[in-house]
Amino acid sequence: MSVIYILITVSIVVAVVFLLAFIKAVKSGQYDDDYTPSVRMLFDDELKKSPSKIIEVEKQKPI
Amino acid sequence: MDAKNCFHCGIEIIKKDEIIYDNKSFCCNGCKTVYEIFSQNDLSCYYDFEKAPGATPQEIKGKYDFLDDEKINTKLLEFQEETTNIVSLFIPHIHCSSCIWILENLQKLQKGVSTSQVNFPEKKVRITFDSSKTSLKELVYLLSSIGYEPYISLENFETGKKNVDRSLIYKLGVAFFCFGNIMLLSFPEYFEVEEFWINQYRGFFRWLIFALSLPSFLYAASDYYISAYKSIKSRMLNIDIPIALGIIVMFVRSTIDIVLDYGQGYFDSLTGLVFFMLLGKLFQQKTYNFLSFERDYKSYFPIAITKLNSDGTEIPIQVYDIEKADRLLIRNQELIPVDGILISDTTSIDYSFVTGEAIPIEKKSGDKLFAGGKIIGSVIEMEVLFSVSQSYLTQLWSNDIFQKKIDQKHKTITDKISRYFTPILLLLAAIVFIIWLFIDVPTAFNVLTAVLIVACPCALALTAPFTLGNVLRIMGKQKMYLKNAMVIEQLAKVDTLVFDKTGTITSNKKSAVEFVGNELSLDELSLIKNAMRGSNHPLSRKIYDFLPNVPKVEIQEFEEITGKGIIAKANDTTVKIGSAFLLGIIDEEMSQQTKVYIKINNTFKGYFVFDNQYRKGVIELFDQLSNKYELKILSGDNEGEKETLQTLLPKTTELVFNQKPEQKLEFIKHLQEKGKNVMMIGDGLNDAGALAQSNVGISLSENVNVFSPACDGIMDASQFSKLGYYLKYSKNAMRTIYMSFGLSLLYNLVGLSFAISGNLSPLVAAIIMPLSSITVVSFVTIMSNYYAKK
Repeated sequence: MSVIYILITVSIVVAVVFLLAFIKAVKSGQYDDDYTPSVRMLFDDELKKSPSKIIEVEKQKPI
Repeated sequence: MDAKNCFHCGIEIIKKDEIIYDNKSFCCNGCKTVYEIFSQNDLSCYYDFEKAPGATPQEIKGKYDFLDDEKINTKLLEFQEETTNIVSLFIPHIHCSSCIWILENLQKLQKGVSTSQVNFPEKKVRITFDSSKTSLKELVYLLSSIGYEPYISLENFETGKKNVDRSLIYKLGVAFFCFGNIMLLSFPEYFEVEEFWINQYRGFFRWLIFALSLPSFLYAASDYYISAYKSIKSRMLNIDIPIALGIIVMFVRSTIDIVLDYGQGYFDSLTGLVFFMLLGKLFQQKTYNFLSFERDYKSYFPIAITKLNSDGTEIPIQVYDIEKADRLLIRNQELIPVDGILISDTTSIDYSFVTGEAIPIEKKSGDKLFAGGKIIGSVIEMEVLFSVSQSYLTQLWSNDIFQKKIDQKHKTITDKISRYFTPILLLLAAIVFIIWLFIDVPTAFNVLTAVLIVACPCALALTAPFTLGNVLRIMGKQKMYLKNAMVIEQLAKVDTLVFDKTGTITSNKKSAVEFVGNELSLDELSLIKNAMRGSNHPLSRKIYDFLPNVPKVEIQEFEEITGKGIIAKANDTTVKIGSAFLLGIIDEEMSQQTKVYIKINNTFKGYFVFDNQYRKGVIELFDQLSNKYELKILSGDNEGEKETLQTLLPKTTELVFNQKPEQKLEFIKHLQEKGKNVMMIGDGLNDAGALAQSNVGISLSENVNVFSPACDGIMDASQFSKLGYYLKYSKNAMRTIYMSFGLSLLYNLVGLSFAISGNLSPLVAAIIMPLSSITVVSFVTIMSNYYAKK
């Protein structure tokens, strides 16, 4: 039956880890701006590297 | 003519000016250049996220020369160490995802930039750069050249790194952690099954719960103890006293319960209560980051200006360092930072920042120039009369009203209620305790604590934050941005409305234009319209917009004489457009109105008159408001329009003219001394004093991203006619609060009946407390949304 002590301790430790993670996130300023990151993550990295090529390809299509 | 829009900025293209580049059409060279820069640097994705996201770059030559100055640079930088520099720039144009994308790819456009990060809600970009490879000035020029001109003003001069207060979020996190875990751990005991399994672990569970409640009790709820202590010290009974008392009693009683093995205690309710109340606080803390309600002249004024040395050299000088008798050079579109005397021949000055009046004023050599005006036209030279702080306009800010922090100038509604609630509660607890003492002494202590626990006005304390927070959001969606929730309470109390005239009840965008004189032929019209196109003078733009669409005529000769007018020639016809002086006409009628005269081939044809145009719906609004409110108009202008206003507006409206900024402030003060709750609606810097003095100061703005003086709320000018609706809505919001106060008191009564009879078990408490909070919160949310639709 003493397994209950272990289980509860583990569950509390997990919860504490999440609390600490939350505090760390707030401290690093992640909650100061809650809009920009939501847009930023939608930008495509590949497009950034060679957008000119992609545009060129697009241009060639109609011709 | 099919309307084509510029690929870069989205403005409709005038056929003649269309520039086709790379199969795309642009409205002007500026837009095309930006596109070129982007496409050369592989950044044309900019146009994929949003359609026509750009802005036309403005001419800024010489405007940022002050950034060469090392001292000014240092003030602007957020961080500086060896070659690593960080700067935060405010860019009003940031408005869409394309903006974020391009600004975060600055390193592709400029060597030396290592990272740049956009904060969208604040419209700021934070750039890290290497000062050995690039400079702040180069960065600013780059941003301006791609249409993202940063706004640098005197305000930037003083702000260092701001400390963000995040303690509420920490507390909320801790409170939620405690609340959640305790709820789970308390569950077995709710059922009170006398089972071997539960009995065996009871002690372990209880002490674990006790330990978990400590952070919530000691840290998360600490604000309530501090506030209660302060309020006792100042002998005022606010809502935090019964809350703090309830929390402490709850904790002590629960601890005793588990130590003496009476029961499981109320730790679950305790942590739940703390969590819900903190949530309410957060909800009320809605702020509009991109707006500032604390602006004074500093955010309008430039940080530095060009000074002319006696030997004719130009150096940038910080505005604070300007001294009397200095000679300053002010360029087109720059702001005059100090009072002075014009040395150059003539100039026109746009005082719309100050008065709301959009039509520029002409000044001649030797005329006095007041700080706050914007130069339109060519470069001027002026001699300084006063330093910044002593100038006519800036002196307003030395008034006391700007010195004191007006955080707690009003008592909130919750505090008012709790003035009655707290003593009644304490009295009731005492009476019940004494009665029970005669019946059963141990139960008496139980009942006393139970009363204090259950009466803890959690729902009461949640009502106002949730209602006001919600109303704040709803109003914000309708383009009325209030500084904080307290403004709504003030708004509901207002009984006198004071309006500024120019720029507030008149629109400074569309003045009505009228042509007086002989009717013009189509050829003449097209000649005038085409001549106007070349001019950037605000009056020319207005006449241009006013004239009907006409065929294009090639203008062969064009000359703009700054401050006087235009002379243009096409097909052997000469047209002169401008002031009476330019045309050599003497206008006998002395009038207050602005006129632009027309002469074609030396025959006088007539003139355009500009009339102040009242905003749409002003008359209806005043009619509607005059039943309930005292209305007044406070204008800095002369009495030129008194009669028109008298006929237009309800008879009860008081009209006051020729008011200086200080007089406006005094006027409001005088009304308040008579016991009025005054709301001031204004727009320019000259209303700043009145806005600060009034109970509610609302500043009207054509574009909320541009600047408005310090105030309690910023209203989008297009919503002006809805003012009556906002006032009514704020009243309904207060009604909602009263209704939900009733509701939460009802819960308190039910809880008290359990407590007084000595039957308050932890389970009952754990049900009543969250239940009351949730019903109250949903009630106020539904009600405030319902009233918003009405």
